[in-house]
Amino acid sequence: MTFNGWLQIALFSVVVIALTKPFGGYMTRVFAGERTLLTPVLRPIERLIYAICGVDESKEQHWTVYSVAMLLFSLAGFLSLYALMRLQAAIPLFNPAGQAAVGPDLAFNTAASFVSNTNWQSYVPEVTMSYLTQMAGLTVHNFLSAATGIALAIAFIRGFSRRSARTLGNFWVDLTRCTLYVLLPVSIVIGLFFVWQGVPQNLNAYTEATTLEGAKQVIAQGPVASQEVIKMFGTNGGGFFNANSAHPYENPNAITNFVQMVLIFAIGAALTNVFGRMVGNQKQGWAIFAAMGVLFLAGVAITYAAEAPGNPAYATMGVDQTASALQSGGNMEGKEVRFGIANSALFTVVTTDASCGAVNNMHDSLMPLAGMIPLVNIMLGEIIFGGVGSGLYGMLLFCVVAVFVAGLMVGRTPEYQGKKIEAREVKMSMLAILILPLSILGFTAIAVVIQPGLAGLQNAGPHGFSEAMYAYVSGTGNNGSAFAGLTANSLFYNTTIGLAMLIGRFAMIVPMLAVAGSLAGKKIVPPSAGTFPTTGALWVGLLVGVILIMGGLTYFPAVALGPIVEHFAMNAGNLF
Amino acid sequence: MLNQIRPAILMIVVMTVILGLAYPLAMTGIAQVAFPDQANGSLIEKNGTVIGSELIGQSFASEKYFHGRPSMTPGPDPQDPSKTVPTPYNGGFSVGSNYGPIAKPLVDRVAGDVEKLKAENPGVPVPADLATASASGLDPDITPAGALFQVPRVAKARNLPEEKVRQLVADNTEGRFLGIIGEPHVNVLKLNMALDAASAE
Repeated sequence: MTFNGWLQIALFSVVVIALTKPFGGYMTRVFAGERTLLTPVLRPIERLIYAICGVDESKEQHWTVYSVAMLLFSLAGFLSLYALMRLQAAIPLFNPAGQAAVGPDLAFNTAASFVSNTNWQSYVPEVTMSYLTQMAGLTVHNFLSAATGIALAIAFIRGFSRRSARTLGNFWVDLTRCTLYVLLPVSIVIGLFFVWQGVPQNLNAYTEATTLEGAKQVIAQGPVASQEVIKMFGTNGGGFFNANSAHPYENPNAITNFVQMVLIFAIGAALTNVFGRMVGNQKQGWAIFAAMGVLFLAGVAITYAAEAPGNPAYATMGVDQTASALQSGGNMEGKEVRFGIANSALFTVVTTDASCGAVNNMHDSLMPLAGMIPLVNIMLGEIIFGGVGSGLYGMLLFCVVAVFVAGLMVGRTPEYQGKKIEAREVKMSMLAILILPLSILGFTAIAVVIQPGLAGLQNAGPHGFSEAMYAYVSGTGNNGSAFAGLTANSLFYNTTIGLAMLIGRFAMIVPMLAVAGSLAGKKIVPPSAGTFPTTGALWVGLLVGVILIMGGLTYFPAVALGPIVEHFAMNAGNLF
Repeated sequence: MLNQIRPAILMIVVMTVILGLAYPLAMTGIAQVAFPDQANGSLIEKNGTVIGSELIGQSFASEKYFHGRPSMTPGPDPQDPSKTVPTPYNGGFSVGSNYGPIAKPLVDRVAGDVEKLKAENPGVPVPADLATASASGLDPDITPAGALFQVPRVAKARNLPEEKVRQLVADNTEGRFLGIIGEPHVNVLKLNMALDAASAE
């Protein structure tokens, strides 16, 4: 580890902290329907959308209606995306590479993936998807699945901030405002910045170059920048190319890399501030931010420390893996030189703290304990800033459980944000939290004992187990990154990972909205001497403790079989 | 509840038009006017032919050129299009090795590459980036250490003084942004083009 490496990590953290408050303020105004700088331009478009779609923006929805609207919208998106991929070869538009129709199991998996904000990719985009599918299918759902998640988080916050209310807002209005006022303007500005820095934005056929040595080289092209920016900002993570943000066209230099990491955290961090503002005390938001920050820094420290010394398996070969002014050193397999070790380790943690899943290095080639961190980050529920929206509502579910635990310790009915937390809320929160391990551990157990599951593994030994487990962790957690040696484009993996993604998204959302609906209907109890304060260090410690204990109890045996065994095998000099 | 079906379908249609067509096509239009070079892939032309992209690494095998990092990209087998064969720096199929750190195929591959590298510059430790495959298989860069390691071989093959080749490496080394962000790197294609130009003098 170097001083410069830590300086880069510190700089990143400072920028995220600095953005949280102003961006949180802007988003709060957007979702309250207040006037913003962009209102004069966007308001007419917004009204036109409501008129076309038959939405009455003044009409609010009960949590059940809100859920149904969200589910129907996701279903419509799923079906249209599936159809587009199946038909792409037949549509003579924006398909210069002549990509064939996508097969049914892959189209199912991909549609589930992009609608659930996962962006798991069983396919190699540059040899599979037409430009039309990339734009009118995948880019669209990069926006919409993100907007859906943010809308849900806002509805959940309203559960805390409203008193004796029957409704949580209007799904269509939240969705439209989020898309128009938050996602689109940033995408246009930063997207053009990316083009300036070297990210292509064209509809040309793939370039055929004649290299300096006279060989032919095919160079894939496309409308990359417009998808790249929302891929990061909406914590989607589905690459335009197979190598994702490691591809020099997606992420050409250290500046774009820095901006991409900030984009991943921007909304998740700002939503903590939105929460604080909406419940009337920004400190409540900063407390959640602090809990997230502690877990983030711990992840970065472990990953960076595991990567920096390099691979001991090369020790006797005469390979120089020490950091110096002339090289970053460390475990460079699956890394890019322009990012080196510090930026690769940081990106790995950021993309799995959030549910982004974009990668600027190949997670499959990380050192054992460094590869463990993305697994653990996703297993904990991606509540460390988290996916746009899903990170905050996931964290708030843990807050409910944490105040419940605190209440048990002192024998008093727990409250959070002035709302009494009763049996129904705790049950629903636990249901939402427990659905994830059921899918992760259940599917992994099946995959590692049957032939179609084992057939997909590239690595042998404990790393092969991690490879299969990572797929279901990533799918269920709606992350989308991979231990990419896994050959996932098979009927078995496409189907099971597709199901894992749908379960991880929708089976969690419905109980979450039920909690929100139930909370919104309650009165607000004024704080008293017996109220557990949810702003100080004690609360942050308790919250972090609850998250780690629940995660540890659930997943430690599985993690022990994968990366931990691999780490000890490595120290013993074993190869697989 | 059923009255939510109509907005669900229409919202997908409207948003597809805005986000899936208007937005990317407008971005393409603006990009093509404002940043035509970058928007078309930062291609480098020589005498009217495209010789590659500044951002995409290419395969170098000759002794006279600096070599990039090992690349694991596959390409279609000319004998049998249903199969693939190793095709380093295939810009149409980006991928890394995806081997875990203690995978035997990885360690064997690295050992083999290190032996070859040691033979060209004996007695000097091999910089890690030259022995390990990049994430994309298209890494355009090597580290300054990786470039300096190759200087003796290239200078000998070109009959140039080592000092001059080392100077070219220094001229083509890009430092960190603002001295802080990123890692120092050397673009292999640009360095090799500078080398060709120097040899022609």
